[in-house]
Amino acid sequence: MPTLGDYLLVSGLLFSIGLAGVLLRRNLLIIFMGLELMLNAANLSLVAFARHGVTAFGLPDYNAQVLVFFIITVAAAEVAVGLAIIVALYRLRQTTHVEDLDRMKF
Amino acid sequence: MLNILFWVLSVLMLGSAAAVVLFRNPVNSAMSLVLSFLALAALYVTLDAFFIGIIQVLVYAGAVMVLFLFIIMLLDLKAEARRRLNVAALGGGLAVLAGFILLVVQVVKSLPAARLPFPPLAGADHSDVAEVGRALFSNFNLPFQVIGVLLLVSTVGVVILSRRSLR
Amino acid sequence: MDPHLYPWIILFAPLVAAGLILLLLPRRNAAAGVVGIATAALTCLLSWKVFLQPELAVTAQIPWLDIPGVFAVPIGVILDDLSRVMLVVVTTIATLVFVYSAGYMRGDEGIPRYYAALCLFLFSMLGIVLADNFVMMYIFWELVGVSSYILIGHYYRKDSAADAGKQAFLVNRVGDFGFLLGILMLWLATGSVMFSGIEQNLSAVTLHPGYLIAACLLVFCGTLGKSAQMPLHVWLPNSMEGPTPVSSLLHAATMVAAGVYMLARIFPVLLAAPEVVRDVIMWVGAITCFAAGLMATQQDDIKRILAYSTISQLGYMVVGIAVAPVNDVAMFHLFTHAFFKCLLFLCAGSVIIAVHHEQDIWKMGGLLPRMPLTALCLVAGTLALVGCPGFSGYYSKDLIVAYAHGANTAVFWITAGAALLTSFYMFRLFFVVFWGRPRGSHAEHAKQSPAIMTIPLLLLAVAAVAAGYPAVSKHFFALPHGEIPHIVHFALLAALLGGLALAALLYARSPMTDPVRVPLFANRFYIDNFYDWLVARGQGGLAVLSSWFDRWIIDGLVVTGAARTVWATGYVLRFLQLGNLQAYAFFFGAGVLALLYFLVFR
Repeated sequence: MPTLGDYLLVSGLLFSIGLAGVLLRRNLLIIFMGLELMLNAANLSLVAFARHGVTAFGLPDYNAQVLVFFIITVAAAEVAVGLAIIVALYRLRQTTHVEDLDRMKF
Repeated sequence: MLNILFWVLSVLMLGSAAAVVLFRNPVNSAMSLVLSFLALAALYVTLDAFFIGIIQVLVYAGAVMVLFLFIIMLLDLKAEARRRLNVAALGGGLAVLAGFILLVVQVVKSLPAARLPFPPLAGADHSDVAEVGRALFSNFNLPFQVIGVLLLVSTVGVVILSRRSLR
Repeated sequence: MDPHLYPWIILFAPLVAAGLILLLLPRRNAAAGVVGIATAALTCLLSWKVFLQPELAVTAQIPWLDIPGVFAVPIGVILDDLSRVMLVVVTTIATLVFVYSAGYMRGDEGIPRYYAALCLFLFSMLGIVLADNFVMMYIFWELVGVSSYILIGHYYRKDSAADAGKQAFLVNRVGDFGFLLGILMLWLATGSVMFSGIEQNLSAVTLHPGYLIAACLLVFCGTLGKSAQMPLHVWLPNSMEGPTPVSSLLHAATMVAAGVYMLARIFPVLLAAPEVVRDVIMWVGAITCFAAGLMATQQDDIKRILAYSTISQLGYMVVGIAVAPVNDVAMFHLFTHAFFKCLLFLCAGSVIIAVHHEQDIWKMGGLLPRMPLTALCLVAGTLALVGCPGFSGYYSKDLIVAYAHGANTAVFWITAGAALLTSFYMFRLFFVVFWGRPRGSHAEHAKQSPAIMTIPLLLLAVAAVAAGYPAVSKHFFALPHGEIPHIVHFALLAALLGGLALAALLYARSPMTDPVRVPLFANRFYIDNFYDWLVARGQGGLAVLSSWFDRWIIDGLVVTGAARTVWATGYVLRFLQLGNLQAYAFFFGAGVLALLYFLVFR
């Protein structure tokens, strides 16, 4: 049987892969995908904790699952807005490469 | 049985997630992301979170990924041209990454509850969707309404952002 | 009217008059004069009434600054023999000068301002006279300084007058600073600022003699400034820039005597203090008395001669405080001096008006037949000043010199020598101004001044002659009885005749210029020049230094420095703003990593 630690480790690794995408890739869309991976890593650990914290009725802790539900909803909204911003930016600059988008500085 | 399933799914998910980062073509990355999300949905099911798993498939693997692919197609993004590697950025990023992995391993190792197997559930006669719905509409009614407003606001925002003249 | 109110009316009537004139009559010359003279006459009347009815003598207090158990300063009046005599002197002379001013200031554009300032002066002077504690006296002491400043600078469009006012104020500050320290030391020692309280408590506490010496000498600093004793005498001759009645009232008769009055007021404290205090006071008075006489012999300005004469006479009074066993000796000379010096100044003013505001005695001459009344009054004043037998100065000055003879032989000869100088410079003044031929057309056409000026002159002349007679003075002073040594009479008479003879020899033939030239005396021992140098170098250097400090340390280092530090820090930090998304992500990740590490493992 996999333990809580196994799930948490997998979640942490998933988060690290997402972070690697954010830190190392220079395409805005891939960075955005990295962000999604990190969000899902958080969701995975939340669900694992929900399964770990069984209530007195012998059921998983559904409060944690509701939180995951909210995160998914917000993430969906975030993806919509973020992609809209990327499209608007692309219209202006004709690029999604972050090193070409460094005008906001002194 | 569950053990083998967990490891297969985990490796599949992490592998496809790594592929997202490694692929040069955004379309390939997006397809890997779909695979990763599907594997994650299966992992949710192994944790007895059926409703979340289905939502994951519907919202992420379905709607969100379609949006991603749509935008990639719309912008007509090609594979990135090879650029000169920014050694400093690469080194810094890898260092932070290594530190983070180390930190995660340390945390998991130092957590006593992490080594215990999951406690057994009462039975299989409960309805997952009903339980989530009950929690959602009783304990989290106000956040639920707020989330609704948030979705409305983001919809309006996206419409505004997508107009031709942004000035 | 309730007699208890008299002292308060005397004190506050002039203040009310000053306010009235300034607020309601700022353009009405005649009305201002009438209000001023009426106020002075009222205070004079009440003062005489208080003086003639000693049973009215009351002390009254209004609590003012009252910190229970720590400190109590009332506004209080004290009516004893000392203050009643001083009240009479001040208000009588003030009334005469107020009347005389109406003639002297005719045609001046600032008459209401002038009378308001005179009333303010009268208020402050009466405050000093009536004060029953040191704090109140100090307040009025400063008010006197303010009104003196206003009056010296009456012709403020003239630079020299404005400068003289400033100088008088600043030089007095030096003395007043010591005065204040002395008051505080006495208060610290005795726990009281009341004159009576200090005298009572002083015998009860045991003090280190050095402490009492320092306190008394610091209080004496107030006299140094206000009574123009060496070395703070320089302001008094320069204050002659003011109108002549002002010089007469403030800078000859009353205000400058306030220093002597203050010493007389704390006389018991001085007696209780170690001998060295009175020695210092005596020597300061003697040196002032003689040096000012020397300076007076070589002045050309009629008012400056009288100013140095005033300093010299004040020196006599200070000597009188130091050598006599009672304060009435010095107060007696103050009393007679007030009349004859006021008279001399008013005569000088009369002459100045007659020769069209000319003050150089070498442009006058031959005024005796042209203004006989003024000449008569001036002769009366001169004879009183030089101590001619039968005139008031004879009695008061001889008394001081006699006590000086008993106290210290050197001081006796110095004061007697000063009497010789007095005689010389006064007869020099008389011969040059009134004798011989006129030295200019103004002097030739001089006319006797109007009655409004001559009537006060005549009244003062009578007082100057008669004020010293034992029959008169016994009503005012309890003078000690005793035989005056013959050598004193002889020395002073010899000094008088010697001075007269020398002056007659040199000046009776009406020379066009001064046949004697002593630059050291004419330049007042170069003390003024020394102060100029001191101010220019010492204060100028200090000003340069503090300006440098302000510009470079305060402005440069502290103010601009702080701004520049913020700016430089910002300049360095803004290079962290790269504009590169992944650099921010890197910083953010590193920060979160560090934060988590410390949160979880520390």
